[in-house]
Amino acid sequence: MTGWRPALARSVVLRHDRVRRTDLLVLPERVVVLSGRAADVLRLCDGHRQVGEIVDELAARFPGAPVAAEVPRFLDRVREEGWLR
Amino acid sequence: MTDPSGPDTSRPLPPPLPPPPPPWALLAELTHACPLHCPYCSNPLELVRRSRELSAEEWEDVLRQAGELGVVHTHLSGGEPLLRPDLAAIVGAAESAGIYTQLVTSGVGLSEPRMSELASAGLRSVQLSVQHADSAASDRIAGSRSYAAKERAAAVVRDAGLPLGLNVVLHRDNLDAIDDIVDLGVAWGAERIELANVQFYGWALRNRTTLLPTRDQLSRAQETVERRRKQLGDSTELVWVVPDYFDGVPKPCMGGWGAVSLTVAPDGVVLPCPAAGALPGLDAPNVRDRSLEWIWNSSPAFNRYRGTDWMSGPCGECPRREADFGGCRCQAHALTGDAARTDPACALSPDHGLVRALAEAPRPDPASADASRYVYRGPDRHHTDVTRGVKR
Repeated sequence: MTGWRPALARSVVLRHDRVRRTDLLVLPERVVVLSGRAADVLRLCDGHRQVGEIVDELAARFPGAPVAAEVPRFLDRVREEGWLR
Repeated sequence: MTDPSGPDTSRPLPPPLPPPPPPWALLAELTHACPLHCPYCSNPLELVRRSRELSAEEWEDVLRQAGELGVVHTHLSGGEPLLRPDLAAIVGAAESAGIYTQLVTSGVGLSEPRMSELASAGLRSVQLSVQHADSAASDRIAGSRSYAAKERAAAVVRDAGLPLGLNVVLHRDNLDAIDDIVDLGVAWGAERIELANVQFYGWALRNRTTLLPTRDQLSRAQETVERRRKQLGDSTELVWVVPDYFDGVPKPCMGGWGAVSLTVAPDGVVLPCPAAGALPGLDAPNVRDRSLEWIWNSSPAFNRYRGTDWMSGPCGECPRREADFGGCRCQAHALTGDAARTDPACALSPDHGLVRALAEAPRPDPASADASRYVYRGPDRHHTDVTRGVKR
C-alpha cells in the first residue's frame, strides 16, 4: 500500500521479555510471542517510515534475505490482526 | 525409624522439582471495598478489611518483583480499585516494571480527571463490568444505582482513546438479554465483550439457586452469540465463557494451577486463583512474609496441584489431563469436600451426578427472576447461613 506509514495500534506494546528471552506484542487480554525477525520489522513501524523505507533499511541490515517480498506481506497480516494502523 | 536424630534414609528423597515456567499475569485485588453488591461477586465470602490492605509502597514492591519474575499483564481489580486514592501510583509502578495494566472497574468513580491521571501514569486498557442492558435491571442485579455511572465511564474511556472491554457475568436474570447487551457494548464503543457464564464459588455458590440458568436459556443465548459474531465480524470481539455445569466438560481452570497467573489479595495473600482462599489447609503465602519468587516457585500452596502427579480417579489416565488439568480445584472442593478429586463438571467424574442434578432441576421461569432472593455481597452477610455446596 503506497503512502502507508505503519505504526503499532495504540493498545499494543512491543517489548522485550528478559525472563523468557523473546520479544512480545502485549495487548489487552493477549500476548503474542514474536518469532524470527518479526520484532526487528515492527520496531521500524514508528508512524514515520513508509513501507518502502522499512524494506530498504531491513535489506541493508540483512543482505540476501527476501525482505522485499516478505516484509510488506507480513505488515499487511499484522494490520489485519488490528495490531498495526 | 529408630534414630530420631537422623534423616529417614530408608526412603529416597523426592527429586527436586524443576522451576515452573514463569507466570504471565497477576490479578491485583487492590481492595475488597466496592459500591456494588453483585450476588455473584468473585471476592471471597470473608472480605478483607480496609485496614489490612497493602499500602501503595507494598504494591510497588510486589509489582517490581512480578516484573522480574516474568509477569507481563496485570489486572488492577477489586472490589472497586478506584476506591484507592493511590491507584495512579500503583499503575505507575506496574508501568515502571514493564507490566501492561488493565483496570477492572464497575465504572463508579471514573471521572474524566481520574481517567486522565491514570492514563498519564501508564494505564493501557479498561474493562468495565455491566450487569444488564436495562438500567433498572442492571441496578437491581448490582444492588446499587450504578448504571448511569457505567455509561459515563464508558464515554470517558473512549474519549481518552483507551481500549474498552465489557465484562458481563451471565445468569438466569440476564441471559435472555444478550442481544441488548451486545448492542449496548457496540454503542458504548467496546472492542471486546466478555460474556462470562457465572461460575459457582463464594457468593455465586451462595446464590446458585437464583442464578442458575435453564438449559433452554443457554442454548438460545449461544445461538444469539453465534449470530452476532457473524454480523459484527472483526469490529467487536465476543468472548463466550462456557457454563461448565451444562456441557459435561470441565473448564481448564486458570490454565492450570500455578501455571499461568497468580492472584494477590488486598492483604497480600497470594493465591493460584481468586477463589482458592476457601480451600482448607492451603496455607496461602503472603507477600508480607515471602518473596513472590519463592511463592511462585517453591511454596507448598503453589505446588500442591501443579502438573499431573496429584491427580486421582479418572484424571490419572485421561488423555485430556494436560488440556483441562482436571478442571477446577475449588469446584471439586465446593461440591465434594475434596479439592483433589476430578471436577464434578466432568462427565467422567464419579461425582458428575451432583452437577447433572443441579443442571436439570426444575426451576422458576426466568421471567419471574426475583431479586429479593439474592444474597447481596457485603461485609458479614455470609453469616446468615444458607445452602453451601451440595454435600455428598
